[in-house]
Amino acid sequence: MFKEIFENYHWDQEKASILNKTASDVERVLSKDKLNLDDFKTLISPAALPFLERMAKKSQLQTQKRFGKTIQMYIPLYLSNECQNICTYCAFSLDNKIKRKTLSPAEILHEASIIKSMGYDHILLVTGEANQTVGVPYLRSTLRLLKPFFASISMEVQPLDEADYSELIREGLNTVLVYQETYHRERYKVHHPKGKKSNFDYRLDTPDRLGRAEIHKIGLGTLIGLEDWRTDCFFTALHLQYLERTYWKTKYSVSFPRLRPIQTHHEDQPTAISSVEYMSDKELVQLICAWRLFNENLEISISTREEPAFRDNVIGLGITSLSAGSKTNPGGYSSAPGSLEQFEISDERSANEISQVIRQRGYEPVWKDWDKSYS
Amino acid sequence: MKNLIIAGQEFKSRLFLGTGKFGSPDLMSKAVLASSTNMVTVALKRIDFHTDTDSLISHLQFPEVQLLPNTSGARNAKEAIFAAQLAREALETDWLKLEIHPDPRYLMPDAIETLKATEELAKLGFIILPYIHADPVLCKQLENAGTSAVMPLGAPIGTNKGLRTIDFLEIIIEQSNVPVVVDAGLGAPSDAAKAMEIGADAILVNTAIAISDDPQNMALAFKLATEAGRLAFESKLAGVRHFAEASSPLTSFLNT
Repeated sequence: MFKEIFENYHWDQEKASILNKTASDVERVLSKDKLNLDDFKTLISPAALPFLERMAKKSQLQTQKRFGKTIQMYIPLYLSNECQNICTYCAFSLDNKIKRKTLSPAEILHEASIIKSMGYDHILLVTGEANQTVGVPYLRSTLRLLKPFFASISMEVQPLDEADYSELIREGLNTVLVYQETYHRERYKVHHPKGKKSNFDYRLDTPDRLGRAEIHKIGLGTLIGLEDWRTDCFFTALHLQYLERTYWKTKYSVSFPRLRPIQTHHEDQPTAISSVEYMSDKELVQLICAWRLFNENLEISISTREEPAFRDNVIGLGITSLSAGSKTNPGGYSSAPGSLEQFEISDERSANEISQVIRQRGYEPVWKDWDKSYS
Repeated sequence: MKNLIIAGQEFKSRLFLGTGKFGSPDLMSKAVLASSTNMVTVALKRIDFHTDTDSLISHLQFPEVQLLPNTSGARNAKEAIFAAQLAREALETDWLKLEIHPDPRYLMPDAIETLKATEELAKLGFIILPYIHADPVLCKQLENAGTSAVMPLGAPIGTNKGLRTIDFLEIIIEQSNVPVVVDAGLGAPSDAAKAMEIGADAILVNTAIAISDDPQNMALAFKLATEAGRLAFESKLAGVRHFAEASSPLTSFLNT
């Protein structure tokens, strides 16, 4: 279990060692072909920022070698915003007095048909954590409903037990995204004070359960803005390295969403995000390139949380998948824009517009890169 | 130059192309034409069978070009056999590039599952070209199982590192009763030429062409290199000499 490795590391020590990296460390790492965890620390350190152009060039070459000049397209389908957890940064949080909605089978099919007409074949199902309404039976029937229509179905829902994962994989589940949010145990408690999600250890063990259930792909990540992003990314890399060695038949992806303003009932002003843990665009590019140089086979995705100009420019720098035309509220594709969304998206352009942008950059948007017959 | 024959079918070109990783379907078409290839491989997982206008397939409709569906993504024999049957039905061909890689990172082929799948698929009448490690023993076992060719790798897929497995490829070529198609890792036209010079029957290239700045010209370069290498092989390329042969100091006494 990863936990046994995790417990041998100390947050402050790792943080300090990242901050202590020097320009000559960076030079040495950039001349290497195969990078280790310590090299990854060097590339995400402040010392590597002046080397961004060189990192970007290497990252672009390595990404093209492995993934070609292609970008995988995916889209989220929000099934429900019901949630029994309190998360300080999320609009679905139990204590946020918004209208709750869970899609019926007919509504799911309607949403799916709109998504299909946009061209998508890879879909990501999203729910909050509400076991009475959107527990395993709901997920199972949704997979049965959608499997005939999509080549690849991913899921971003509450962590489940191994047996539940096995069952859902048999129903056609291909990928599970489960972000630790932060690897800082105490900070995690602060941001997740109530509900099943407050159990840090159960969440930390989730990729192990997924690996044992032989899931095809696991998505890892942390939310940028909760703690020091560099240290959080180091722990993600540590986790990834363990998982790749242990569950070697599983594929991995990473994502690092920067926190977005959310709509709360308390005030009209969106929740402000502490500037202490803020990450600049430059640092986000640094992180993308560092991940690529550390792991040339890793899938890296950027969601519509990021601004259009930024998204356009990172195509070709190391990312491999994009969502576009996303709605983050249940029923959002078929109904008028509601006030039920998880977070406000930054890039409102349609899937069609985004594919034009991808093509202009010399890349080919890929809609289908999996087949139902494999899962 | 002699034509290549696989499973009784003749091919003028000894260069096969992969169709992934191109920046656009148009660039892919141009590269395919420039390479003069007669065989391109297409991943089943990339094909959308529900639309008549699948962009990949519609850009590969050339009279001289045969489609070779592949099972990339299959993790075991069972999945590969199922995928092969789907591909046969959808593309109306018995030809199949068998790829089984349980390791999604380096896409290393699984010898045991590949042998199992070859045995089954041969019984079902498929013309099988399996992607494998450069493993001479496995090649002989695949022959017994009914394979129509073997496709050993030159280097890890997508690495452009060239003929890293050359010592094993030479043994495979020496022993093989079926055509040997060197697949994966060929990074430059000189790698292609070298593979042909050592007697490979054909080669398959994807990444090196697809991600170059000018895929069309790179495809042409690979075509020329493949032809040059083959001509050299057929013309009995002289072996490399590791020392000068000015005199015979060890045996000259026999002549006196």
